[in-house]
Amino acid sequence: MSGALLVTLPVAAPVAAAVVAVVAPWPRARSASGVAASLAVLACGVALAAGNEVGRTVADDHLLRVDAAAAFMVTVIGAIGTLATVAGVGYLRTEGARDATATRDARRYEALVQVFLAAMTLSVLAGNLGVVWVAIEATTISTAFLVGHRRTRSSLEATWKYVVICSFGITLAFFGVVLLYLAATQAGIPPAQALDLGTLSAHAARLDPALTRLAVGLMLAGFGTKAGLVPFHTWLADAHGQAPAPVSALMSGVLLSVALVVVLRVRSLADAALGPGFARDWLLATGLATLLVAVSLLVAQRDLKRLLAYSSLEQMGLLAVAAASGTRLAIEGILLVVAAHGLAKALLFVTAGELQHAEGTTSISDLAGVASRAPALAGALAAGLVALVGLPPFALFAGEIAIARGMADAHLATALAAALVLLVVGSGSLVSHGVTVLFGRPAREGRRVRASPATAVVAVTGVTVLLVLGVVGGPLAHLLAAAATSLGAR
Amino acid sequence: MSAGTYASLVDLAAGLLLLSAVLVVWRRDLRAATRLLAVQGAALGAIPVLAGIRARDAHLLVVGAAVIALRAVVFPRLVAARLRGAPSHDREGAPVVNTATSLLVTALLVTAAYALGGSLVHAGPSSSARAAPVGFALVLVGVFLLATRRHALSQVVALLLLDNGIDAVAFLASHGVPPVVELGASLDVLLAIVILGVLAGRMHEKFGGTDLDDLRELHE
Repeated sequence: MSGALLVTLPVAAPVAAAVVAVVAPWPRARSASGVAASLAVLACGVALAAGNEVGRTVADDHLLRVDAAAAFMVTVIGAIGTLATVAGVGYLRTEGARDATATRDARRYEALVQVFLAAMTLSVLAGNLGVVWVAIEATTISTAFLVGHRRTRSSLEATWKYVVICSFGITLAFFGVVLLYLAATQAGIPPAQALDLGTLSAHAARLDPALTRLAVGLMLAGFGTKAGLVPFHTWLADAHGQAPAPVSALMSGVLLSVALVVVLRVRSLADAALGPGFARDWLLATGLATLLVAVSLLVAQRDLKRLLAYSSLEQMGLLAVAAASGTRLAIEGILLVVAAHGLAKALLFVTAGELQHAEGTTSISDLAGVASRAPALAGALAAGLVALVGLPPFALFAGEIAIARGMADAHLATALAAALVLLVVGSGSLVSHGVTVLFGRPAREGRRVRASPATAVVAVTGVTVLLVLGVVGGPLAHLLAAAATSLGAR
Repeated sequence: MSAGTYASLVDLAAGLLLLSAVLVVWRRDLRAATRLLAVQGAALGAIPVLAGIRARDAHLLVVGAAVIALRAVVFPRLVAARLRGAPSHDREGAPVVNTATSLLVTALLVTAAYALGGSLVHAGPSSSARAAPVGFALVLVGVFLLATRRHALSQVVALLLLDNGIDAVAFLASHGVPPVVELGASLDVLLAIVILGVLAGRMHEKFGGTDLDDLRELHE
């Protein structure tokens, strides 16, 4: 396949599937095209990554450009997108059986999920910072009605907060983009190339430092909002808790890390223009603050989906702290955690959604003792939690070790120690809440629950991939190294 | 157009931008706020139009016309369409910060914007860059409104003010961002307003009002 097609298809395939979802009268065709589009994204990601092992640029024009980091992220989006669209078929079927989701709503759900996927692939593939911004904002636009899909009071509240806080954050980022554009044109870069990521990093040293500092600060805060970083993190738990489970899986599994990769690109630009200190201090401060907030809310959490949401917040805090170091090892670790956390979280949200559907609640105390009522789902939940807390042999373990070593190399031992303490407390509360859900004394007599075929497929695939990644991550080493280089690792 | 006329017309447009922002802070009536947004959008669009006439650049005229169409007509109307014609509904209720204090804060923010923006934006391609701090002022006032207003639609107005401010910086200090970015950004803002409008409508159905203090089910 030609390079240009490989680069365009990850954006075009979901857009085409969205059109199918709007026009096709047959539910099966709509579901099939959705899953097919996600698989196409995955295939393109793998093909790009395979052709990209040494960091070679496959295609480079002003709109779309592929580096190893983009290839890696397209693969992750495709993999988790596939799991989420498969789970979405199950979600719509069970909701349809209850007649809660009419056909019109089902169409809208399927179309918006595909637009969401396209927006995410565009934001990692775009070579122009302005287009990256447009794509990130499009992720908010496309997910607004997905978060509010169930039309309850609380989902409406969650949607409002989500759209307002993310719009505000992303508007700050836009201001940053505009100021950076001014700095670039003042430095004599022609307007047409003034937001091109490659051109900007090549001429970073010429940018006016005062203007660039403000621009970078606004972009870190703004794009950080979508990654769930403090101070604009408050939308995250509400949105993840209220959205349909497959949407939560996508938001938590990939949206946060897509935004984080944008933050990493801004960091690499900032390092080139301002020296390493500015972005490092910012990321350390917001990362540790995010970790602290997340862990303190994990400890006393009473709701399973919010527990999972705060665990994502915790991971994002850790990744921001790791990004501060900027060492090669740390960035490779970040990318490995992005993949492993995304898979584990997708698996967990889908399982939690199935439990919510069967038991009518997400309250941890009401779900207690699930292992006896729903052994298959409980197994998936247990596997996901073990993977999530970073125990070997799952991939998260390897990623976190790499981060720890990378940070030690960068002489950030104090921050590393603080992050590790918080991480241990967070993992401890995840495990303790998990044990309550699985083996706690049941609040009431419940009927036996069987996992739906879609959830079973997602769970088995997710656990298998996590194990394979953790045990034989070797083939990934080249790709991770190249991706770290393209994100400006030192 | 002589350089002098151009400079004074740009200053007039910048003055209108600032004045309309201050009036939005002063008036708590949302109908008035949408009209002020329309004035602000027209003043904003006038800046590239003036630059286009001066430089005989058709491209800038088109950009200016598009900005006026969107920000002076479409955006304010989208917000106004969500008003219900009932004074009790279309008004910001008991404000978090009273009007006099709000105006005082606005004055401080404008001063801060001049201190900050003046030192950052150096002479751009035209003399209009001097007025760029007005854009910074709009951004700061927008953030202030977003933090202190509790009516759902007031927050939409605040977001629009913020966005107008960013565009003002782009148009005053340069000739605006590249068309593909401007187009994508405007489309995103348009969709965000539509979504927030729909949500405000649903909120009215479910809660019987659009006061954001009613949103308190989700918390730790």
